[in-house]
Amino acid sequence: MIVARTGNEAMAEAMRQINPDVVAAYPITPATEVVQLFASFVADGLVTTEFVPAESEHSALSACVGAAAAGARVMTSTSSQGLALMHEILFIASGLRLPIVICLVNRALSSPINIHCDHSDSLASRDSGWLQIFTENTQEAYDTTIMAVKMAEEIMLPAMVTTDGFIISHGMERIELIEDEKVPQWLGERKIINNLLDVNNPITLGMLDLQDYYFEHKRQTIEAMNNALPIIEKVQKEFGDAFGRYYPIVDEYKMEDAEVAILTMGSTGGTGKVAVDRMRKKGKKVGLVRCRIYRPFPKEAMLKAITKVRVLGIMDRADTLSTLGGHLYNDCRSILYESEKKPLLKNYIYGLGGRDISIEEIEEIFDQLLKIKDTGKVDKDIVYYGVRGE
Amino acid sequence: MMATLKELAQQGEKFLGGHRACAGCGATIVARQVLLAAQYPVVVGAATGCLEVISTIFPYSAWNVPYIHNAFENVAATMAGVEAAYKALKRKGKIDKELRFIAFGGDGGTYDIGLQALSGMIERRHRVLYVCYNNEAYMNTGIQRSSATPYGAHTTTSPAGTVLPGKLQPRKNLTEIVIAHEPAYAAQATIGYWNDLVTKVRKALDANGPSFINVFSPCRLGWAYPPEKTIAITRLAVETCVWPLYEYENGKYRITVKPKEKKPVEEFLKIQGRFAHLFKLKDKTPIEEFQAEVDRIWERLQKRCAE
Ligand SMILES: Cc1ncc(C[n+]2csc(CCOP(=O)(O)OP(=O)(O)O)c2C)c(N)n1
Repeated sequence: MIVARTGNEAMAEAMRQINPDVVAAYPITPATEVVQLFASFVADGLVTTEFVPAESEHSALSACVGAAAAGARVMTSTSSQGLALMHEILFIASGLRLPIVICLVNRALSSPINIHCDHSDSLASRDSGWLQIFTENTQEAYDTTIMAVKMAEEIMLPAMVTTDGFIISHGMERIELIEDEKVPQWLGERKIINNLLDVNNPITLGMLDLQDYYFEHKRQTIEAMNNALPIIEKVQKEFGDAFGRYYPIVDEYKMEDAEVAILTMGSTGGTGKVAVDRMRKKGKKVGLVRCRIYRPFPKEAMLKAITKVRVLGIMDRADTLSTLGGHLYNDCRSILYESEKKPLLKNYIYGLGGRDISIEEIEEIFDQLLKIKDTGKVDKDIVYYGVRGE
Repeated sequence: MMATLKELAQQGEKFLGGHRACAGCGATIVARQVLLAAQYPVVVGAATGCLEVISTIFPYSAWNVPYIHNAFENVAATMAGVEAAYKALKRKGKIDKELRFIAFGGDGGTYDIGLQALSGMIERRHRVLYVCYNNEAYMNTGIQRSSATPYGAHTTTSPAGTVLPGKLQPRKNLTEIVIAHEPAYAAQATIGYWNDLVTKVRKALDANGPSFINVFSPCRLGWAYPPEKTIAITRLAVETCVWPLYEYENGKYRITVKPKEKKPVEEFLKIQGRFAHLFKLKDKTPIEEFQAEVDRIWERLQKRCAE
């Protein structure tokens, strides 16, 4: 069915079709609508979910942990400070190997307070053992929300599916919905290994591990992350086979003969693709790479994509505040260390707090990258693009 | 409703030995008595704190019932989630057993950092029994003051010094704060009156809604007394009215154990090292203030019970 939906509506629709056993959540702009819409589905009997309108995000995720441990299929939604307030529990969810899915609407972290999109919230949580998937548009957000449930359950790690705040969350787009009954059919039942509600076989969860066991248990979570990519790929293929929409690990756009490219995440992928088309019309050999699966980091697929070009502009919508540039930039520099082919890198930190990035600006970035290709020299490796005084 | 020891002995232990609590630990007795009282299969959660730390050191567990520990401040939210999952799965026909849910938290995890989650759990009417094992300080991190620590007590963050007589503020009356939420059942209890405690746990688990029991639970290390005195201290706490035993049910208060004669608070204070400094002072004001606070709360409670 073809409909017009905002990103938030699309994620809420996906949640309605998934019909999770438990949703525990707390509202925050710009993710509020997801929870609101879901509450109305509960009120109208469109889902059989137990909805827990928690008194904070910390409690919302804590309740998700309890519910997931009890064998339920569990989802929530948040943004920015809400995710920051969940931070402590993010690690507990992954450490306990609980397949919780968060619909995360990216928004800048305070201070200064700001409600618009950048990636500082999800990237501040990147080391918490959650799968992180950045979507480009509403269709992808909808599809990925459904896929994430299966990925999380098969990998036994929690997952965040992100949209860009306001840009995707509040932007209306044409999307194709799957028929209601096909979603639960495709997902199947959650398989549970350890069930807290099985009183005949009592288990103890969340134990104290001292020097003698903590490391081995942590190692198992690391191993789950190490093994995640093939499962993610398999689920994406299964989804494509069932519904006709296939998704890549790393999205490559006009990269076959590209000489320079940008690397992006989230909605800038869409803006960037239009810029690529315009540059191509002018005869410039440019391309775009989009990091869709950010955690685990897709080393092989990313290397394959980015080593196709001589110059790569890495666009980060957050800063690590480490003096070393953005997150993607650091990840890519790290994987390129052992690579024989190394493109010249330039890091563009852009769009913080929702500052717009236009097609024209990305064209300008391409021009700069082409100049670097001609001169063979990167003038300045980290730039804060679009900020006054830079 | 009254339980007999024989009946309890036949229950089968749900909190086992093999844990690493101190000799004379009140918290472990709370866990054991509460679980023995339960006449339904239960799923248990615990907040970070002594009880959790001593009972679940991998690969050992003292819990003979399903158990989950999440973090320090969120046992109420965690068990709210477990209860929500139970409701959802029951509705979907995936489980048919009658289960009950119990959250254990220390006073720190209940009165202080976990108060918000506890409030949310009760307000949303999750059918969970929350048991605060109240040893009146953060024992797990080394005896720091909590808002449950009584006036005048020495702790490592309210130390008795040359100018300060230990903690300067009286304790927070959490039971009353909980009752203001109008739970299905609430009570104060202590392990020295095991039958009173068992009866209260049974009422709480039968109540159709959130319930709360604040269990006075001595800590021999933090309170500095010989381990064999744990139960004696709880009896003194009740006899001096330092810890009144009462319940709140169907909107009504009732004192469940009335002391035959109200003893002076000195008798409770003098056998514990945490108050020793008060007896060395020339100035008797701190002890008088302690007595005044106990009297005030006791009078108010009696009025509430009298209607
Ligand atoms: C967010 C957070 N802050 C601090 C701690 C450290 N901590 C662990 S247990 C504890 C005190 C527990 O006190 P209480 O709840 O009274 O239980 P008790 O140890 O006395 O049994 C503290 C401060 C923690 N685990 N988490």
